[in-house]
Amino acid sequence: MTGTQATIPAQQRRSGAARQMLLAFASLIALVIGFSLASPNFFQVSNIMAILQATSVNGVLAVGVTLIIITGGIDLSIGTLMTFCAVMTGVVLTWAGMPLILGVLTAIGTGAACGLVSGMFVARMKIPPFIATLGMMLMLKGLSLIVTGTKPIYFNDTPGFTQIAQGSVVGALIPGLPLPNGVLILFLVAAVTAWILGRTVLGRYTFALGSNEEAVRLSGVNTDAWKMAIYALAGGIVGIGGLLISSRLNSAQPALGLGYELEAIAAVVIGGTSLAGGRGTILGTLIGALIMSVLTNGLRVLSVAPEWQTVVTGAIIIVAVYADQLRRRKASQG
Amino acid sequence: MFTRRNLLGAVAALSLAGMATSASAQDAMYIPLISKGFQHQFWQAVKAGADKAGEELGVNVSFEGPDNETQVDKQLDMLAAALANKPAAIGFAALDSQAAIPQLRQAQEAGIPVIAFDSGVDSDIPVALAATDNIAAAAMAADKLAELIGGAGKVAVVAHDQTSRTGVDRRDGFVNRMKEAHPDVEIVAIEYGGGDHLKSTEITKALLTANPDLKGIFGTNEGSAIGVVNGVTEAGASDVVIVGYDSGKAQTDAIRDGRMAGAITQNPVGIGYETVKAAVAAARGEQVQASIDTGFYWYDKSNIDAPEIAAVLYD
Repeated sequence: MTGTQATIPAQQRRSGAARQMLLAFASLIALVIGFSLASPNFFQVSNIMAILQATSVNGVLAVGVTLIIITGGIDLSIGTLMTFCAVMTGVVLTWAGMPLILGVLTAIGTGAACGLVSGMFVARMKIPPFIATLGMMLMLKGLSLIVTGTKPIYFNDTPGFTQIAQGSVVGALIPGLPLPNGVLILFLVAAVTAWILGRTVLGRYTFALGSNEEAVRLSGVNTDAWKMAIYALAGGIVGIGGLLISSRLNSAQPALGLGYELEAIAAVVIGGTSLAGGRGTILGTLIGALIMSVLTNGLRVLSVAPEWQTVVTGAIIIVAVYADQLRRRKASQG
Repeated sequence: MFTRRNLLGAVAALSLAGMATSASAQDAMYIPLISKGFQHQFWQAVKAGADKAGEELGVNVSFEGPDNETQVDKQLDMLAAALANKPAAIGFAALDSQAAIPQLRQAQEAGIPVIAFDSGVDSDIPVALAATDNIAAAAMAADKLAELIGGAGKVAVVAHDQTSRTGVDRRDGFVNRMKEAHPDVEIVAIEYGGGDHLKSTEITKALLTANPDLKGIFGTNEGSAIGVVNGVTEAGASDVVIVGYDSGKAQTDAIRDGRMAGAITQNPVGIGYETVKAAVAAARGEQVQASIDTGFYWYDKSNIDAPEIAAVLYD
């Protein structure tokens, strides 16, 4: 969206994001070292696994919304969409008694379909993304409550469902490393999305739309269609998030989800993706999500009062984005 | 480039330094309570009770809960962080009684006793449950209502539901006590309004139409009790005696202006206090009572502002 960005060659743009990501990574390491020194209980296999487990859902949501933020948009509906996908999975698996694979496809399909609708609001109907997805957020929250009758749907009749997030394929192969499957899925989703972003036409248009949508449109590209595709892809990724959270809780909790979108967006921003669009990396988002859960877990392990945990998390977001601004100002001067 | 690293480093250092104080008292027993929330008045009262017990018994108590009662996954993350600290024992009020079972198993394997509070878990891992004895509390409501209507006449129950533990216990506690101790009081109807104000209002009006000589009604939770008050008011049957349960602004207002005779309130301070006490005992390997009654009170216009009652009421 910003005119100046479009003039920066892609190579340079990418290296800028890479540097920001490296800094985020350094901050993550610093946090881990700091907490390890402050408490002997922090750097333990079980606690590290707990941190990774806590990252999995937020990380997947953040990866999805990164795509939309790079286009210069925003998606506030991802939290309640995650819940709606979980609910639909519950309907298919528990109420209809379908096999597990159909439940998985339902989660991803519901996410992609709802993402497509959001994309249509934004691209075709020209509703600003903030408003379009705010509307979606509320509609999906209501629908989850309506479908379930406000009661959670449990997955007790679907053997293996909890294994999706809670089991450990890695732990079975390498004893002593009980990496939860949910984390493995997060890494896979991140890798595939990074590949799409870096190596495919869809990825190229994602950056191009965020840098200068008008220029892309004037060069004869059907920007509306590409934008809808990006929202649908992000929605599908959020569907995987819905699968992970319902597997972790062994239930689809219809009232949950509000507020999760902001946590995901915070992770994206900490990871160096610009809310102005046109710039960002999936690896950065992954690191941003890890910073957030390391911080939350570490402060808890140190028994910091919950009120102060919230204050510190807020401060970290401000510091991360301000530091990024400083660096960019310096870069544009030099 | 260095600016950012320095800034983040400084924040990290500052926050760590700030915590050193809380983390240093390692020798005292550490007991975290993972609650259903921490911002609401009810949970703040539970926390106050827990802190009081911590002080008296010389243990470190921490109290944490998610922002609202929907965030089941956040509560699990809190439980995981609490377990990482190798606590002596843990207090836990489950938001979803099934979802937490993997973590509870982890606690069991690590030999950390778990005390459930406020509501139970579908598991035999918790060594004790510190909660309101709803049967005894509802029996007290029966005694009070019988006394207020002069020991004889027709009464009805508007319950919040027929499946949940609290719904069943409060109904049975009331009904059984009435039968045993007040044979001249006849329970003409037990209806279920789901704790919904409007539904309970309609039920109450129907009850009054069917039983014009009804003398009293017991509403088994906040929503039911308010529905009963509304129904009685709409039907213009102001001489019907109403007994409620829990508090909340609408209910305390109705008690103050006389539309409701009185209500049972749970004791959140007692819940926190007894949870920590049981946790300490369990950590020391002492025998702990499996079911701990945390107490309840009867309140009406006369004692609603008394300090011990005001402390356990919430708006």
